[in-house]
Amino acid sequence: MALETEAAVDASLEVAVPGVQPTRLARWRRAVVRSLAPVILALIAGGLLLLALGRNPVRFYVAVWQYGVELGGWQNSAVLMAPLLLIALGLIVVFRAGIWNLGYDAQYLLGAALVAGFGPGLLTRWPTPLAYAVLFLVAGGAGALWTLIPALLKAWYETNEIITTLMMSFIGVGIANILVKGPFQDPTVNIPQTRTIPFSKMLPNVAATRVHIGVLIALCAVLVVYYLLTRTSFGLRLQVLGANPRTARHVGINLRKVIVASFLCSGFLIGLAAVVDVLGLWAYVRANWNPGYGDTVIPFVFLARLNPLVVVPFVAFYAVLSTGGDLATQQVNLPTDFLLVLVALILLFMTVIEYLGRRRDLGQSYLTPALREALRRPLARRRSAP
Amino acid sequence: MNGLLTQSFLTALVSGGIVAAIPLMFTALGESVSERSGVLNIGLEGMMLGGAYLGFLGAYELHSMWLGFLVGIAGGLAGAIVMALLSVGMGLDQIVVGIAITLAGEGITSVLQQAQFKGRFPGLGNPSTVLIPGLSSIPVLGHSLFDQPLLVYLSVGLLALVAWVFRATTWGLNLRAAGEKPEALDAAGVSVPAVRTYAVLTTGALAGLGGAYLAIVGAGTFTPFMTQGQGFMAIVIAMLARGKPLWIAVSSVVFGMCLSIGTALQLSSITVSTDLINMLPFIAIIFALVLFARGSYLPPALCLPYVRGGK
Repeated sequence: MALETEAAVDASLEVAVPGVQPTRLARWRRAVVRSLAPVILALIAGGLLLLALGRNPVRFYVAVWQYGVELGGWQNSAVLMAPLLLIALGLIVVFRAGIWNLGYDAQYLLGAALVAGFGPGLLTRWPTPLAYAVLFLVAGGAGALWTLIPALLKAWYETNEIITTLMMSFIGVGIANILVKGPFQDPTVNIPQTRTIPFSKMLPNVAATRVHIGVLIALCAVLVVYYLLTRTSFGLRLQVLGANPRTARHVGINLRKVIVASFLCSGFLIGLAAVVDVLGLWAYVRANWNPGYGDTVIPFVFLARLNPLVVVPFVAFYAVLSTGGDLATQQVNLPTDFLLVLVALILLFMTVIEYLGRRRDLGQSYLTPALREALRRPLARRRSAP
Repeated sequence: MNGLLTQSFLTALVSGGIVAAIPLMFTALGESVSERSGVLNIGLEGMMLGGAYLGFLGAYELHSMWLGFLVGIAGGLAGAIVMALLSVGMGLDQIVVGIAITLAGEGITSVLQQAQFKGRFPGLGNPSTVLIPGLSSIPVLGHSLFDQPLLVYLSVGLLALVAWVFRATTWGLNLRAAGEKPEALDAAGVSVPAVRTYAVLTTGALAGLGGAYLAIVGAGTFTPFMTQGQGFMAIVIAMLARGKPLWIAVSSVVFGMCLSIGTALQLSSITVSTDLINMLPFIAIIFALVLFARGSYLPPALCLPYVRGGK
């Protein structure tokens, strides 16, 4: 965590001191290399894995490209970007403060269940803009509310928020299922699912594409969060808390307030991801449905170094990989869970490259001290005992 | 509420609770070892799945439950080696590496299962149990406590062993020092990375064993994502138990009962939503955390990679 914030501090210093062109360029190149290398290495390792499973990796990646970008596939990828971006923003807000919100599944699904449950009724009875406004607030509010217990426990008792958000996540997913199977269930079908939002009441599309305006909402949110994090005192407070909680307390930041506020922001943004997704794409929610966006978005949030603007191209990349990968994995007769392996590989390569990069910056050997010691020891022994 | 206190219901509850508790107990025991040494292992879920898949495969192909357990331990160890190399050896962020291991465990086991069995889910036979004569005829408790696979009895011995290691050995002292004040351990001339590496490997082995038990004895088969958050439950159990093995056993059985109450309820005439039942253990944990928020304990050096001469 400390590293990302350091990088962010560097970035802000850069803005403050203009005129150091070469270092800025070098720094920029370094950042690009370190962010792209893990993705490329993971794709190569994934290809080797496919080869080991007896599949043709070239055909797989070509299929990903074809289904994800060509022939209108880019429209599906763009639609997928809407929830992914909002969840990424929700994660950035807390990660910047050095807090882990791993309860995104429940925050998303509760929002989705409520929107799909109340949406059909509200949208037919109320004027559409008012219904939209209410649904956005309901979903965002549900997401925010679901972070409250972990936030309060963290703020007052310093209970590990990783554990509490995960536990709340399991509970929230269960409640979402109970809602979909119980009060929100569509009585006219046998499968447990909510009623469907009428097609005419869905979020309108952009121009002549199938891309709904939720994507634009998400992009606007990117700008808002970027402004919030880099140009307001709240953003600075988050950054100081993330860099060093002790310092934050010394400079007089109200830690409890900042912790709770960042949690609520995070939950709200993740709830928005749900409303945009349901109103724009799905129109209903089935029981036991979980798109699992959060898990897969985490690596890209880190690769973007918690920068809301930089996360956009990364999310776009994953949207293509996911849209194309869904069909491409079926084509090579593998479960779509193969994409999880790719994401895990990206995470692992990212941490390793981060480590190597840090060593390089400090001018140290790439080996860990322990490893170097271990390699040196047998040689030293041989030398000392002739 | 008829049928809730019948003997068959209670027997099913206790016996199901114990079957479900064993994997939790092994995994939580492992987690408390690494937590004490200062490594928070979020990859537990992935290690359990690795152990479950390989354990099942071993038992299925080699026709032996015990070889299955051994292979399962190897599966958990595979994840732990990655964790030890990256998080302990290189000092990389434990949570990021842990998330990666969990994701990789979920993905790889699902892909391999599909590639190997092509949509089939072959089962294993019922595991053989060891009946302790006399004791096993006690009503309610007898059958569930004294008619279990041998590993269940061994797990009790393992608990005692870990308690003894924590309390009475240098190794246990080193372990706790690595989590409480690694500088002190380093100053005493003991390698912090080495202690933490052994701890993480122990965790992996125990999580793999827990996963293998889940697949071989608990379910009799392997299905993708079969752990359903038990790795995370184990982390909480370890945290609430503050590294005391007896508390690990007790809370594992309680959570095990929560996990298995659904099956037991089918024997009585009550119908409750399975979603609600699946939520029970987690609600219990949140309640426990809210009530005993000050009581849960984590070592101060948890999640912090040790850098000699660092601040």
